[in-house]
Amino acid sequence: MTPPLLAVSQVGRTYAMGGLLSRRRVHAVDGISFEMPSDKSEIMAVIGESGSGKTTLARMILNMVLPTRGSIRFCGTELSSIRRTHDRLAFMKRVQPIFQNPFEAFNPLKQVDRYLFMTARHIAGLQSVTQVHNAADHALRKVGLSLAEVRKRFPHELSGGQLQRIAIARALIPAPALIVADEPVSMVDASLRLSIVNLLKDLRDETGVSILYITHDLATAYSISDRILILRRGRVVEAGDARTVLDNPQHPYSIMLKAAVPSPDVQP
Amino acid sequence: MTATSTFAIAADPVLSVVDLRAYYRTRSFGVEREVRAVDDISFQVDANQIYGLAGESSCGKTTLIRTIAAATRPPLQVVGGSISFNFHGKRVSMTDVLPDALAGIRWKHLSYIMQGSMNVLNPVRRIRHSFVDFAGRHIGRPMPQFLELVRAHLARLHLEATVLEAFPHQLSGGMRQRVAIALATVCRPDFIIADEPTTALDVIVQKSVLTMIREVQRELGSSLIFVTHDLAVHANLSHRLGIMYAGRLVEEGATADVLRRPRHPYTAHLVASLPRIGHITAKSGLEGAPPNLADPPAGCRFHPRCPLAMDICRRENPPLIGPPTAHRVACFAAAQESNP
Repeated sequence: MTPPLLAVSQVGRTYAMGGLLSRRRVHAVDGISFEMPSDKSEIMAVIGESGSGKTTLARMILNMVLPTRGSIRFCGTELSSIRRTHDRLAFMKRVQPIFQNPFEAFNPLKQVDRYLFMTARHIAGLQSVTQVHNAADHALRKVGLSLAEVRKRFPHELSGGQLQRIAIARALIPAPALIVADEPVSMVDASLRLSIVNLLKDLRDETGVSILYITHDLATAYSISDRILILRRGRVVEAGDARTVLDNPQHPYSIMLKAAVPSPDVQP
Repeated sequence: MTATSTFAIAADPVLSVVDLRAYYRTRSFGVEREVRAVDDISFQVDANQIYGLAGESSCGKTTLIRTIAAATRPPLQVVGGSISFNFHGKRVSMTDVLPDALAGIRWKHLSYIMQGSMNVLNPVRRIRHSFVDFAGRHIGRPMPQFLELVRAHLARLHLEATVLEAFPHQLSGGMRQRVAIALATVCRPDFIIADEPTTALDVIVQKSVLTMIREVQRELGSSLIFVTHDLAVHANLSHRLGIMYAGRLVEEGATADVLRRPRHPYTAHLVASLPRIGHITAKSGLEGAPPNLADPPAGCRFHPRCPLAMDICRRENPPLIGPPTAHRVACFAAAQESNP
């Protein structure tokens, strides 16, 4: 039997806070377990308020932060065993991030196409210039742009929605199996938000990539995700099929979270 | 009906903005650039009214309210139009007010909750000092009495008096946001401007901050301009709603009217694309990007993205017609529809 794409078991991360005398331990993530299957692609939403450990979880899955306890396995490989550069690059080829703020993710003094080329060269391992350009163009076409449009452009010349699309295209270049998207739409305007969210959904259906969609926006999570995890203070309070959970939340915190979403229909 | 009609008896609007134009003018290496961030905007805010202002980023929302608060700084210049306040009979024109007079108006009559107001508190001073710095002079009482007043105000906003002794980094984002609101309302101003006060907060904290803003506004009877791009927040808070696009006000009216029967194609799109829990059908985004305000398209600024664009839209700028308390729209197609 093939191992699951991602198996997170009893994972925890503790940070020490304060000075020498008033040292406190903060459990950012406290015993989370879940799995994502390898035989079908799905969008898994991770929802929680600020400080609930969403970003710490994402960083551990991206192997940027080591868990203090528990284990994360990607296709059967324990993440903490990835030490050598060669293994790390092989891992990065399969798991790619998309970050929250597209304006901060790109260096303002660097043309955005160079990010695409660097990813194609170093992570996807392409050699010739034509191959690199083709890979970048192919990925940009998947997100509704083309290389001609972004060639030699600096981040300030592009809108937030375009930049976030480029960030997604960059993540697609090495043909990853898993994309970890940390609040990809929270900095994008309402009129562009839906096009990004729909894009993630199309990518799942067309390229078969699984997506871990981290957000605090319940409405978009409802429309695109297959499964959902609701976090609070580093623990999972409710998990299951996205529609079932959001239509009929059971845990008091989930109920409160749903009730706090301002409805566009209510009048003052 | 909404509260707008209830309070329409107040004869004079508290704020009236007429044909306001504010441009960013820069000059470097002999090249002059002009960004028309606010172009020909007229609207009014009545007493005891919450006026919501919506629109995507870089459409001029913040520029508009900075101009209203007379917090302009070069390269931003007011090029034309007028902004006049009426604070209980005391009339002030913000376009030609002297700095000394302005100092007397700020905080006492007009306060401004800035964008990213979680970060406006001085990180190396205790909250108590911020209160003294901002409001001490306007209230003009001896220190013990002043602090007593501040404590009473904090209690009204469900904040503990202990926050006064804290440094900003010791408080959570939501707490700092509430302290910033407390700071802006402690002098009981007649007019409050709130620029995206809830964008950085998660839904639960956002709900409590919105409840608090509504309570304060009701209690003080102030007018409020509330800026956010989140229409769902406006639906829950604002009495009247103005939609901005590319430096112009394209539609305004009672919130319920605008959201239920949007007349401008841009508003209609915004309303239709609101994601809701319970809806699974894919909703489309809007093609294209907002125009570059340094070089806006001729005619209606929305026409390159508009599904209803006609010939006249490419040539002429549609005016916002109608009385300032009505549901008005700046669109040729919508005007044609209503009187064929």
